[in-house]
Amino acid sequence: MYSYIVKRLLTIIPTLLGASLLVFLFIQFIPGDPASVLLGDAATPEDIAALTRELGLDQPLYIQFIAWLWNVLNGDLGTSIFFQTPVTSVIADGAETSVLLAIFTMFWIVLIGVPIGIVSATWHGTWIDQLAAGGAMLFASIPTFWLGLYLILIFSVGLGWFPSSGYPSITDDGGLANLRYLILPSLTLAAPNAALITRLIRASMLDVQREDHVRTARAKGLHSAKVVLKHIFRNALIAVTAAFGFTFAMLISEAVVTETVFSLPGIGRLVVQSILRRDYPVIQGVMLTIVLLYISINFLIDLVYAWLDPRVSLK
Amino acid sequence: MTSLAHALSPFRGRQVATAGAIWLILSILIASFAPMIAIFDPLEISPTTRLLPPGAIHWFGTDHFGRDTFSRCVYGARMALLIGIGAAVIALLIGTAAGMLSAYFNRLGHWLMRVVDVLMAFPALLLALALITMFERSVFNTILVIGIVYSTTTARILFGLTLKLKNEMFIDSAVCAGARRSSILLRHILPNLISPILVQSSFIVAFAQLQAAALDFLGLGLPPEIPSWGNMLAESRIYITRAPWLLIYPGALIILTVFSLNLVGDALRDRIDPRFRNDFAGV
Repeated sequence: MYSYIVKRLLTIIPTLLGASLLVFLFIQFIPGDPASVLLGDAATPEDIAALTRELGLDQPLYIQFIAWLWNVLNGDLGTSIFFQTPVTSVIADGAETSVLLAIFTMFWIVLIGVPIGIVSATWHGTWIDQLAAGGAMLFASIPTFWLGLYLILIFSVGLGWFPSSGYPSITDDGGLANLRYLILPSLTLAAPNAALITRLIRASMLDVQREDHVRTARAKGLHSAKVVLKHIFRNALIAVTAAFGFTFAMLISEAVVTETVFSLPGIGRLVVQSILRRDYPVIQGVMLTIVLLYISINFLIDLVYAWLDPRVSLK
Repeated sequence: MTSLAHALSPFRGRQVATAGAIWLILSILIASFAPMIAIFDPLEISPTTRLLPPGAIHWFGTDHFGRDTFSRCVYGARMALLIGIGAAVIALLIGTAAGMLSAYFNRLGHWLMRVVDVLMAFPALLLALALITMFERSVFNTILVIGIVYSTTTARILFGLTLKLKNEMFIDSAVCAGARRSSILLRHILPNLISPILVQSSFIVAFAQLQAAALDFLGLGLPPEIPSWGNMLAESRIYITRAPWLLIYPGALIILTVFSLNLVGDALRDRIDPRFRNDFAGV
């Protein structure tokens, strides 16, 4: 197992470096000279010249990359053009909303997606399965913002059950009750992802169902619910673990649209606003943060996967 | 079996998938004959007929500029078709070439697949947003960005498929017969990949619809004056309480189209060569 961890760590280093290089080059790819891009439209030629010297933009590209990487490793992602504060603090401000939204969304995915997947696979081929599989595909086909807008129309405007927009921190007045602001956004974000998990659980349970150990379990007369949950679902879950982690990592960026619909102060909305404000250091910082998160979560999933299924680390 | 019967075989006994295929054919026809089907000019502004509910003259009602929603929905089908097919062509051209060459030439493949790994470390929407930042808002750029984003998954799938085919006996015999590498790739491997490519393309067209609508909604997709279903939703979101029909029709058209594409994709995938089925497990 330890040699597997070391091997996996070694393989993610090139990916990390490559991804960092792409994020670094992002500013270079934007039309215009990087210093004037970083300073925004109001910059004078003297400011631009000063920043060019300060950031070493007159140096060769590889030296710039090493310097940038060194700053990143020291927690310095630059300064936001719009807020005039460090990018790290701008991102930290949005982190609470994004992380809570992702956790809430995962809760719905597990609560709704998993049972429907199990039911669908257990009654495979019947009308229950067709209804569940069809429903899952339908929900995967709905644009999230459209669903969000109609949830607001029905549950906020019509019934008045939940707030329609914004999110005050749980450390502000209201405390944990402020989480009600995240109910509609998390349901919106959960819909297409729960649908994907349902489809995956169904498919992997159908695969496991055909295996010998399941036939043995049935042949020795085990109760059918026990076979489904202990023999089929548990083994199918191994294959689905990867999907759970992958979904969680993706939720942070997929939330871009949902956070915009519900005006949530998260990282996703920050990206869109920064693009519209041409606040490139923030876009660069968010990209790096999300990619690092994505790669580390995928690494952790691989470890969990190897732990659940020892055959993986032996390959 | 005649070729027509063969082409229709994935739909045998699958009524819902057949209905999906019929809707797709219908929407292609609507897109092709849009000027004949649309009753009004989709861009014509009429201040006296603002926010009319659906009725005899304006079947789907009118928007905040008094433009006819039905005519805009009809022209929206053109954009949907253009973006779907455009993105699929770009993703397939880049993805198929990168995947096949990587699988066939080991050293090149080692490097190319690392690049794909790095690109796949960026979640799809984030990559699209980063690329969008570098370009102006235009139809072509939206297609290009979505195409590039999906070329990575396509390359990964095609890489796996080509690796499997490469070890087949008929490729060995082609090598022994002295076939050139280009001929092995184009005449022996590629024809065997047509059906998986077709399956992948139906999923790309479906993803492209949702991705393009999301970009339009964020104000980062097609220029606002172009009548696309996503732009229609983006513009009318603030009228959702006063004129809810403005969001129903374009939204329903997106859902119907994506749902149909997924159904057709599933039907085609279930008929695919069993050797390839696992490569699509994650789709």
